[in-house]
Amino acid sequence: MNNILRKEVLTPEIKLFELECPLIAAKILPGQFVVIRSYEKGERIPLTVADVNKEHGSIIIIFQEVGKSTAYLGTLKKGDEIIDVIGPLGKPSEIKIFGTVVCIGGGVGIAPVYPIIKALKKKGNRIISILGARNKELLILENEIKKFSDELYITTDDGSYGKKGFVSDELKRLINEGRKIDRVVAIGPSIMMKVVAEVTGPYEIKTIVSLNPIMIDGTGMCGGCRVEIGGETKFACVDGPEFDGHLVNFDLLMKRQAIYLKEEEESFAKFKKEGV
Amino acid sequence: MGKPSPEKTPIREQSPKERIKNFNEVPFGYSPEEAILEAKRCLQCKNKPCVKGCPVEVDISGFIKAIAEGDFLKSIKILKEKNILPAICGRVCPQEDQCEKVCTLAKIGEPVAIGRLERFAADWEAEHGKIEIPKRPQSTNKKVAVVGSGPAGLTVAGDLVKLGHSVTIFEALHKPGGVLIYGIPEFRLPKAIVMREVDYVKKLGAKLTLSFVVGKLKTVDELLKEFDAVFIGTGAGLPWFMNIPGENYNGIYSANEYLTRSNLMGAYLFPEYDTPIVRGKQVAVIGGGNVAMDSARTALRLGARHSMIIYRRSRVEMPARIEEIEHAEEEGVEFNFLTLPVGYHADSKGWVKEMECLKMRLGEPDASGRRRPVPIEGSNFKIPVDAVVVAIGQSPNPLVPSTTSGLETGKYGNIITDEQTGKTSKRGVFAGGDISTGAATVILAMGAGRIAARSIDKYLRTEE
Ligand SMILES: Cc1cc2nc3c(=O)[nH]c(=O)nc-3n(C[C@H](O)[C@H](O)[C@H](O)COP(=O)(O)OP(=O)(O)OC[C@H]3O[C@@H](n4cnc5c(N)ncnc54)[C@H](O)[C@@H]3O)c2cc1C
Ligand SMILES: Cc1cc2nc3c(=O)[nH]c(=O)nc-3n(C[C@H](O)[C@H](O)[C@H](O)COP(=O)(O)OP(=O)(O)OC[C@H]3O[C@@H](n4cnc5c(N)ncnc54)[C@H](O)[C@@H]3O)c2cc1C
Ligand code: SF4
Ligand code: FES
Repeated sequence: MNNILRKEVLTPEIKLFELECPLIAAKILPGQFVVIRSYEKGERIPLTVADVNKEHGSIIIIFQEVGKSTAYLGTLKKGDEIIDVIGPLGKPSEIKIFGTVVCIGGGVGIAPVYPIIKALKKKGNRIISILGARNKELLILENEIKKFSDELYITTDDGSYGKKGFVSDELKRLINEGRKIDRVVAIGPSIMMKVVAEVTGPYEIKTIVSLNPIMIDGTGMCGGCRVEIGGETKFACVDGPEFDGHLVNFDLLMKRQAIYLKEEEESFAKFKKEGV
Repeated sequence: MGKPSPEKTPIREQSPKERIKNFNEVPFGYSPEEAILEAKRCLQCKNKPCVKGCPVEVDISGFIKAIAEGDFLKSIKILKEKNILPAICGRVCPQEDQCEKVCTLAKIGEPVAIGRLERFAADWEAEHGKIEIPKRPQSTNKKVAVVGSGPAGLTVAGDLVKLGHSVTIFEALHKPGGVLIYGIPEFRLPKAIVMREVDYVKKLGAKLTLSFVVGKLKTVDELLKEFDAVFIGTGAGLPWFMNIPGENYNGIYSANEYLTRSNLMGAYLFPEYDTPIVRGKQVAVIGGGNVAMDSARTALRLGARHSMIIYRRSRVEMPARIEEIEHAEEEGVEFNFLTLPVGYHADSKGWVKEMECLKMRLGEPDASGRRRPVPIEGSNFKIPVDAVVVAIGQSPNPLVPSTTSGLETGKYGNIITDEQTGKTSKRGVFAGGDISTGAATVILAMGAGRIAARSIDKYLRTEE
């Protein structure tokens, strides 16, 4: 179980695994995630399912190596087995006919937005995708997303590809051009989602974001993933991870994401020196 | 034989100074000589009040007599007739509210140390490799799914395989045992013992599927298509918060998260284990039950200079086991009674730095018969803290009830269950343990599992 059927290196830091998980593959919907534990002393980390292959009974995960757990995961090879893949977790995305939906992915956040784009397009929505990355090298899934988008815009921080700037700049441009936008879905770094929500707020364009607080179980039993939505505490793993971006307390989210910075550094340094 | 000693035979323990530096179990357990000495204190009362005090009616005087006679194998056999988890119950049952409370000797001094003797017999059996696996009975070709591997689920599974049914346990976490593995710390219940008991149930023939979240991967309705009956023993795993200002600041945990990080994920061994935990120097734990004691004692072992219990009532109302309170006191946990947190203050980075509290006084008795704590107005004061653990209770996780059709639930999301049979409102679906009663005890969960197993067996044979 949980065998790695395929491994792809999308960018030096971002890797893709196709995992053999037939039960999860049969059930998972866009917007849902799995929790992975990759060895006995390892952490449980949440990763969104980016795609499904029902024939292979497999799921696709795409992850960026940002610390020990993801870096270790990145060392695994085709044929290796991951000890625990738990899911599907979280609520699925709302897939309906909304009209024109702007789908925004930033960095590795492009991976989780991809299945949503696909599903919204198949449902009959008009899709405008905006993808952003630090530079050209780090942009993922461009071709896949192009297939399901009516329009596609790309931004890079350094201007090495697409427009120089941020995804929110492109969104502003579309709004300023008076384009009719019925909904925005934005997934990426917290700060990106915050800015996007600030851009759409004055225009009252419904904006869905997918939050990524620190999680353990992913089933609602620890409360570590709590976030504030419209002043109310919610558990992101069961009440989300998608929420109305205009109601999210992003500052709290970002503070809570930094709880273990010191320990994460220590753990990563130890891993680079001695492995697991 | 002369008059029995008025006091329990003392148990050797790690000294408080030593033990707050490690996570090893606190008491060492009786030697055979000590166990025999203690067993001989038992009066072998004809009316056996102790047996009536036991929720599963273990033949207490019987197993103690066998110990007194040096026949340890016989004593464990007697224990296991009624209690399949004696090594665990001997360590965590609230004996002072059950068997030991009504023990005849308690009228004149200390009761027989029934819990310690139970633990002794179970450990002796394990140490001597005497664990017997009964022969697998003829298969009935009936299949039962058990959801959750806590004491309730393990009991149901063990009992049903012994009757020839095929049983698969589905557990959401990556390790089996429920609260026994993720909640109760190593220093109180070594995980090797829990794994031993789980192993026993597996050796009996039950299948165990971990990392399987029922309600998500498969619903109970879907399980009913593959299995002839389903038992739900998913516990009370939803942590409560107080909903006071600042409760989401960094450093504030639910007890579930704090204990899960430490026990299940091994955060007390960080960085050998990857999962981190905040090692506070000034830790406040809110609550007065076992969960609070476990959290406060864990905080000490994680290096807290001050580990404080914040409890809104007074000492006598604390629901924790006496042994846990005593151990916590010996270890230097500070108790703040009649104190109610009302909010938190943080630094600019969002880290909690102060807890604001109110002083309370005891008023009239409430529904639970305990005197109701009443806030004293204007008595606000602040306690400096750098970590907080909220241990004020938990209720059933709605994941399974909310995804199962036709399952009636009560006010706290508990599954409504007939106490005599474990039956729920849905045909073929049984439940027991904390998911039915709300947070209770290991022995009650086990007892409920036993009752449900009996009626599941009947249902499978007669469709009733
Ligand atoms: C619902 C959800 C879906 C996600 N989907 C993806 C995805 O598809 N691809 C992807 O690359 N990343 C995804 N993430 C983020 C991913 O889980 C973290 O990058 C990963 O846990 C980092 O672990 P680490 O040990 O490598 O890094 P660390 O050095 O431990 O942490 C780096 C940062 O990641 C965050 N993080 C650390 N531990 C956890 C944890 N247990 N749970 C959540 N966040 C944590 C913290 O903010 C931390 O500062 C998702 C997160 C959530 C909550
Ligand atoms: C910290 C702490 C200390 C305690 N100390 C004591 C003590 O000293 N003495 C005492 O008698 N009692 C004590 N208790 C209470 C006691 O542990 C519980 O009453 C008992 O464990 C309940 O057993 P259970 O089988 O009903 O549920 P649990 O032990 O909670 O087990 C339920 C299991 O079901 C699993 N599950 C939940 N949802 C799903 C799902 N959707 N799919 C699959 N699996 C699922 C859970 O992961 C868990 O493993 C303590 C509790 C805690 C939290
Ligand atoms: S009540 Fe106490 S003394 Fe009497 S039989 Fe039971 S354990 Fe022995
Ligand atoms: S991750 Fe534990 S409750 Fe959400």
